[in-house]
Amino acid sequence: MRRFVLIALLTLFLAPGLAHAVTPDEMLKDPVLEARARNLSQELRCMVCQNQSIDDSEAPLAKDIRLLVRERLVQGDSDKQVLDFLVARYGEFVLLKPPFQVQTLLLWGLSPLALLIGIGALFLMARRRKTVIPETTALTPEEQRRLTGIAAADSPRPLIKP
Amino acid sequence: MIPELGHYALVLALALGLIQAVAPLIGAWRRDEALMRLATSTALMQFGFVALSFAALTECYVTSDFSVATVYENSHSMMPLLYKFTSVWGNHEGSMLLWVLILSLFGASVAAFGNNLPATLKANVLAVQSWIACSFYLFILLTSNPFLRLARPPFEGRDLNPILQDIGLAVHPPLLYLGYVGFSIAFSFAIAALIEGRIDAAWARWVRPWTLAAWMFLTVGIAMGSYWAYYELGWGGFWFWDPVENASLMPWLAGTALLHSAVVMEKRNALKVWTLLLAILAFSLSLIGTFLVRSGVLTSVHTFASDPTRGIFILVILVVFIGGGLTLFAWRAPLLKQGGLFAPISREGALVFNNLFLTTACLTVFVGTLYPLALEALSGEKISVGAPFFNLTFAPLFIPLLFAMPFGPLLAWKRGDIPGVAQRLMAAFGVGIVAVAVTFAAAGAGSVLAPFGIGLALYVMAGALTDLVERIGLFRAPLATSAKRAAGMPRSVWGTAVAHFGMAVTLLGIVCASTWGEERIVALKPTQVVSLAGYDLTFDGMAQRSGPNFRELAAKFTVRSGGGVIGVMDPSKRSFASRNSSTTEAALMSRGVSQLYLSLGDVNDDGSVAIRVYFKPLVLLIWLGAVVMMLGGALSLSDRRLRVGAPKPAAKSTKSTLQPAE
Repeated sequence: MRRFVLIALLTLFLAPGLAHAVTPDEMLKDPVLEARARNLSQELRCMVCQNQSIDDSEAPLAKDIRLLVRERLVQGDSDKQVLDFLVARYGEFVLLKPPFQVQTLLLWGLSPLALLIGIGALFLMARRRKTVIPETTALTPEEQRRLTGIAAADSPRPLIKP
Repeated sequence: MIPELGHYALVLALALGLIQAVAPLIGAWRRDEALMRLATSTALMQFGFVALSFAALTECYVTSDFSVATVYENSHSMMPLLYKFTSVWGNHEGSMLLWVLILSLFGASVAAFGNNLPATLKANVLAVQSWIACSFYLFILLTSNPFLRLARPPFEGRDLNPILQDIGLAVHPPLLYLGYVGFSIAFSFAIAALIEGRIDAAWARWVRPWTLAAWMFLTVGIAMGSYWAYYELGWGGFWFWDPVENASLMPWLAGTALLHSAVVMEKRNALKVWTLLLAILAFSLSLIGTFLVRSGVLTSVHTFASDPTRGIFILVILVVFIGGGLTLFAWRAPLLKQGGLFAPISREGALVFNNLFLTTACLTVFVGTLYPLALEALSGEKISVGAPFFNLTFAPLFIPLLFAMPFGPLLAWKRGDIPGVAQRLMAAFGVGIVAVAVTFAAAGAGSVLAPFGIGLALYVMAGALTDLVERIGLFRAPLATSAKRAAGMPRSVWGTAVAHFGMAVTLLGIVCASTWGEERIVALKPTQVVSLAGYDLTFDGMAQRSGPNFRELAAKFTVRSGGGVIGVMDPSKRSFASRNSSTTEAALMSRGVSQLYLSLGDVNDDGSVAIRVYFKPLVLLIWLGAVVMMLGGALSLSDRRLRVGAPKPAAKSTKSTLQPAE
């Protein structure tokens, strides 16, 4: 919830006291495991917060999940197993990057689709313009003759001023 | 008395607004000079009355008049004067009043400086502007009146949310609103053009300065908000892809696209319909942002449903303006004549490319922000869309955009030549490739993407400089000639180069700070030392301090580098008795454009204290880049041809056709 400071508009919502997210006592001794835990934490949502990862959140629930993640990692789970475990427990709401599924089809697909449609539309428009405006062709002999005639008729006044 | 005066002034502004919403339209339709001129005076007076209303509310806050409900809820008599001042807009009601103040300011500016506009266009623009103003006056008066009195005035106020007791509140919201609301002018111009059924290159020239000004404010406003969040929230992040942030990013993306497509329209009379659409969209996204933030819908669809008055009101405004605008567009836009043909490979083509990617990026943010809301409302299913999603989808759209950036200004109008431009960009490519190689060598196998990010940033910088060097013929013509050309070059050319350079500066900051940042989370006892990035921080001890309306526990750290003391950092935790809440005040130490960031956690029973220390390399570039972008905008705005209130309608000036292409 603390994030609302950004636009200073949602002051109606009270911010809870600010403390630390990850605290020294919950960190793992093994730096490799700890790094994995931190990476996973950034992908997981603190469910009682507003769009905040458990890595950033100081809510007690976030701390519980952080500890849970570390517990699973110590027991030898892979990153995917940890995520699956949490999804089974808390639902997909816990993932900050929703998986590609039927319900999220538009979420993932709309922008690439729009880009493709945009490119396609531009391509078509460029082609159509080409056909509408034909390339300038050379004058036919008949036109050339008439033009010379007109120029000759105008002759006392030079066409191009010196 | 003062609050009633403010309330009454707002009602008067509404009355004037209603006149202005109708009279000029009739005037423009019947070619009635007097009715059209009326709009100028009502717009100026509207601003006068809203300013009076705002001043009245400010007076209530500054004198701590707790008989006014909003003052009681958001102010405290012990607060420093600055915060009494800023708490005027540190709440829903007051911020809406700031919103309409800025809206009426823009309306008044068009009235005052728009003398070069055709009379009918000006009248229509001011009328549309007044429709927007009236709907928001009504919103404030009916659902969010900041002047409501309490029957029994309490003795003391409930204080401003401690997080907002910061200089950031003085800077960020006004700047952001200047940007948000500034796009209303582009919207009004677009609607006016659709009403008249006529639009030409001159229209783009009139709209561009307003869009540019709004864009500048929005750019800096977003950057300031980001910096504020960075130092206030205590974990050193600068962008969270929070819906509230996204709400401000969407108009920025659309506005940036509009800025570029308006160039095509002004120079080549092409992309007219598209530019109109973008003008409508940019402000629509501002309205959507206001709705998202103001209605409470973000917290949960259910919060929104429990107290829907405000939300529904804004939703109606939203539907009327966006729906109405787009309907009018669909109906009238086909009547507009398309002009200015161009080959796909041309300056115009490059700007279309820019627009395609910017609008897709905008769509990505839009979908990501609203999808969870829509899904929950439709199926009750809850999903989260957060930073990992946006990082994955947004970056791939910005990379081609940034890569193409240096090409745009170097391509010729109508028909360009990519190999030719690529040849001129050789030096820039070289800089980029060397940067990638050097970073790879220096950083080792750490991150694969970061060196490319650095390379891209330096390539864009070099590309922006190439454009300038090419134009003034530096290294090819004698130095004196180059200097002369530089002095005579249109300011907008400088503006483009500077703004593009600024974008690259921001990118460089983002890449460096997020890749090579260091972090330590430790518990320290006094005299213990924590080291990172070549700095040693010694914990000297804790002390209690008291401020005007808070008490704080401050820790003192001595920072050493290479053996010598370079300074002291004192992060603290503040507790505010009035709200029974606390904030973390991080300590920052700038080393060039890099920063050491230190924030305080809990104090443990054994006397040790938990701290988080970060070293953020080049982090300040993120925001400095935005300032550079704004400077680019300002340079462009100062260009001769865009000067607001220039005496002659630029369209009729024969000189304009002789100006060098931008």
